[in-house]
Amino acid sequence: MSSHAFTFHGLRFEARASGALWWPDGRWLVVADLHFGKSERLARRGGPLLPPYEGLATLERLGSEIATLRPEAVVSLGDGFDDMATIQALDPAVLAELQRMATMRDWFWISGNHDPLGDAKLPGRMLVELPLASVILRHQADPQAGPDISGHFHPVVRLAGERRRAFLLGKDHLILPAFGAYTGGLSCEDASLRRLIPKGIAIACGRRAVALPIGVAPAKGR
Amino acid sequence: MILPPEFQDWFARQGWQPHPHQLALLEASGDSLLIAPTGGGKTLAGFLPSLIELRDGVRKGSVHTLYVSPLKALTADIGRNLARPVADLGLSIRIEDRTGDTGQTQRRRQRVDPPEVLLTTPESLALMLSYPEAPAIFGGLRRVVLDELHALAESKRGDQLMLGLARLRALAPGLRVTGLSATVEDPHALADFMAGRAPVAVIQADPGPDPDIAMLPTARPAPWAGGGGHYAIPEVLDAVRQARTTIIFINTRAQAELFFQALWAANDENLPIGLHHGSLSRESRARVEAAMAAGELRAVVATGSLDLGIDWGAVDLVIQIGAPKNVKRLVQRIGRANHRYNAPSKARIVPANRFEQIECVAALQAVREGDLDGDPREPGPLDVLCQHILLTACAAPFAADALFAEITTAGPYRRLTRADFVACLDFAATGGYALRAYDRWQRLMLRDGLWRLRDPRSTQLLRMNIGTIVEAEMVRVRMRGRGGAPLGEVEEAFAASLSPGDTFLIGGRVVRMDAMREMVIEVSPDPGRQPKIAVFSGVKLAMSTQLAHRVQALIGDPSHHTSLPPDTRDWLALQAQVSRLPEPGLLLSETFPHAGLWHFALYGFAGRNALQTLGLLLTREMEEEGLGPLGFLSTDYALLIWSLDPVRNPAPLLDPARLRAGLGDWLGGNAVMKRTFRNVATVAGLIQRNMPGLRKTGRQATFSSDILYDTLRKYDPDHLMLRVTADEAGRGLVDFGRIEEMLSHSPRCEHRMLERVSPLAAPLLLEVGKVPIRGEGRERLAGIEAEALMREAGLEFSA
Repeated sequence: MSSHAFTFHGLRFEARASGALWWPDGRWLVVADLHFGKSERLARRGGPLLPPYEGLATLERLGSEIATLRPEAVVSLGDGFDDMATIQALDPAVLAELQRMATMRDWFWISGNHDPLGDAKLPGRMLVELPLASVILRHQADPQAGPDISGHFHPVVRLAGERRRAFLLGKDHLILPAFGAYTGGLSCEDASLRRLIPKGIAIACGRRAVALPIGVAPAKGR
Repeated sequence: MILPPEFQDWFARQGWQPHPHQLALLEASGDSLLIAPTGGGKTLAGFLPSLIELRDGVRKGSVHTLYVSPLKALTADIGRNLARPVADLGLSIRIEDRTGDTGQTQRRRQRVDPPEVLLTTPESLALMLSYPEAPAIFGGLRRVVLDELHALAESKRGDQLMLGLARLRALAPGLRVTGLSATVEDPHALADFMAGRAPVAVIQADPGPDPDIAMLPTARPAPWAGGGGHYAIPEVLDAVRQARTTIIFINTRAQAELFFQALWAANDENLPIGLHHGSLSRESRARVEAAMAAGELRAVVATGSLDLGIDWGAVDLVIQIGAPKNVKRLVQRIGRANHRYNAPSKARIVPANRFEQIECVAALQAVREGDLDGDPREPGPLDVLCQHILLTACAAPFAADALFAEITTAGPYRRLTRADFVACLDFAATGGYALRAYDRWQRLMLRDGLWRLRDPRSTQLLRMNIGTIVEAEMVRVRMRGRGGAPLGEVEEAFAASLSPGDTFLIGGRVVRMDAMREMVIEVSPDPGRQPKIAVFSGVKLAMSTQLAHRVQALIGDPSHHTSLPPDTRDWLALQAQVSRLPEPGLLLSETFPHAGLWHFALYGFAGRNALQTLGLLLTREMEEEGLGPLGFLSTDYALLIWSLDPVRNPAPLLDPARLRAGLGDWLGGNAVMKRTFRNVATVAGLIQRNMPGLRKTGRQATFSSDILYDTLRKYDPDHLMLRVTADEAGRGLVDFGRIEEMLSHSPRCEHRMLERVSPLAAPLLLEVGKVPIRGEGRERLAGIEAEALMREAGLEFSA
């Protein structure tokens, strides 16, 4: 699986094709918007009964990144769980595996809008923000308080006729794609993302990580 | 029942004689199906028994007659047409329609105080049946009239309607049902489709005189390839000039746009000619329809969007551009001309290319012989059944045995097995997953022997997602600026291929894309420029099996070539000389070098969908044999594959068992399957089209159905939704059944190695719609495209 290397405010990172961010110097693996328990929450509210395998699927992908990279710390940038009740109702197999992974290394749960702080059943530390050198890791990018690394928006980009999850890299903000299996996407053209990153690079995930410019009209008239 | 004197007087006052089929329907004692041409007073025939019964007075408080039609516009039109006899005869009857356009106040009132005659669509009927008040509204129902039943029976809307009808028959025993249909190939199959427990009597109206139908003679011969029909523009304009009002049918929206533009470019007299197709905005379509009704237009260029609809008495000519692909559709389209009963309909056909010339000749023969085509209807699909089960629970708790008994009285579900019913019920209740994850959150719970909704909030979601029509994701197009006029819609995939500055055709004019804002494309007029992109994809209709056999027979028998135009005759003679002619029972293929590559042509005559699937399967086999396939192209008639090395012996590649194996493991991941899954999962209620309070920012709470499909394939490969998807794709877009039919219909394979392209293959080289073979190639393409963008933007990024 390939990755795309870049520097953001003095820190060297790799955008993994899986949608995870790798900080090789500190051996940190950063993921956003895992949304464990999404299908369970929809069912609880009387919605459709989606295939109940997204926890397994997300965990498998996360597990494979951990096995490959052997990180010393894992950071979840918020919305790790679809809501507080899903933490309680999580598939026992998924919970056990998550606990196993989390006890072997440092694990930081940053709180998101779906999962405000804290549940004792989970190993690891609960935080609102986590500083890394001059950069803040938080759930949602703060236009006034960059540089930051965040998730929340589930950005996607169009490339060669396909919609692909994407990292968005701007001057002050680095926004990660959603890592969870059942997550929708917001186009990088959307106004709320354009406000944060008017111009920059998108790194599309998929079989390979592919970088392309955003916010720049492609040259015409060739 | 006989026609009462005041009705006879009414007919006489109009200067009419009741048609024999109108009287026959009065005499019918049970359910009936009336097959009658347009203009035969079909609708009045359907309503006469109701009007007579209502004249005699019935108890109020419940609907007496329910009329169901496929089009909202038709219900409004019928309402207006019925108003006249009702007023003339002094009947005190309330006639109201109930469609998606009906306001909330009226809906509420109808639930409390229903009108005697209710006009509706299959979807609105399903919605009404999902209300707890349904037994009260329909308990006194005496009659149901199903209009344009032939059209409804062609899709899942028909299956849903038949399930609703089974419900109505249970709520109102003794109900009489009348189906109204245009000419169909097998009236008894359609009668069986609408039947409940008792058989349905078929009443055939006098079909009227034979249509006056022929090829439109043109000065220039049809071109070798393509689908535009533009070579015939002068003759088409001439024909329009000579007729009062013409409908010009053309098969796809993109072709309609291009033909409309070409027609206007040559329209020196400024004859008023309009355009009508499903991608135009509702406003533009309504304008064209109104202008047609008012007699202001001399012609309208249309797609299947005008196959049904309000009768325009003034239409006296139908022109079909491009081969009709299907004899029944051709006959029904011809019927759109001249709605005066007992006057022949007039139609002219314009083949778009050489192959189509043969197809048109074959289709005309079929029309003359009254040999209509059509595949036997498949049993009712299970996704529709899943939706029906959930909606049944919205109305009231139900017992499984009783529901099963009721469902199996519906024609399409008469042979439903208990096992399939149980699988659908389990899907509706628990999701039907191997991992029983939703014990606490089941959608339906069994209590006291009755299945009921666990969470009453479900009803709103389920009702919002009623229906079986799943549209492609569409993006609206409108003029730039505040309050810019809406022009229509294009498919999202087409929208994604546009960049600002690109020009394309919509509504007959060239526009330039300026921006895309919140799923709306903003454009400005840009006349005088060639549209850069003129196509938006759409479903292409495949040639019917029966017509394909006729074409094959016509080509294979030179003694019949006299019925073909001279240049087509010469073309086939040359083919017979340098290679050979395909004929019934023979599957001909050729290998020849061209432009530095080897080409393999297979004359399968199996329709474009099946041949596209065959192309995907054969290129995969060729890849494994190391022949280096680079791409392929499929038409209704033939498949052409180009490769680095030649196919010398196609027989092993065409082994049915081998092809079927490829279908299972490889095609499962194909985009065609994913598209089918999206339809199935949406109808079954796994994916929701509409959600209350969905935020408008474009931030999607929903996600791609592809993810669900991939997840199911990986973790729950035996799931009901995957089975339904495979069934549907097998006979729809994938059309594998047609490949098997081709192989059994043409058991002898003959392969020719040629030194150069054969006459029959030559037009294929000119066709558009080539499919490149991708695997790793897709990733490489993405890399190249991204790199080019980075360079243009002046950004170089190194890993």
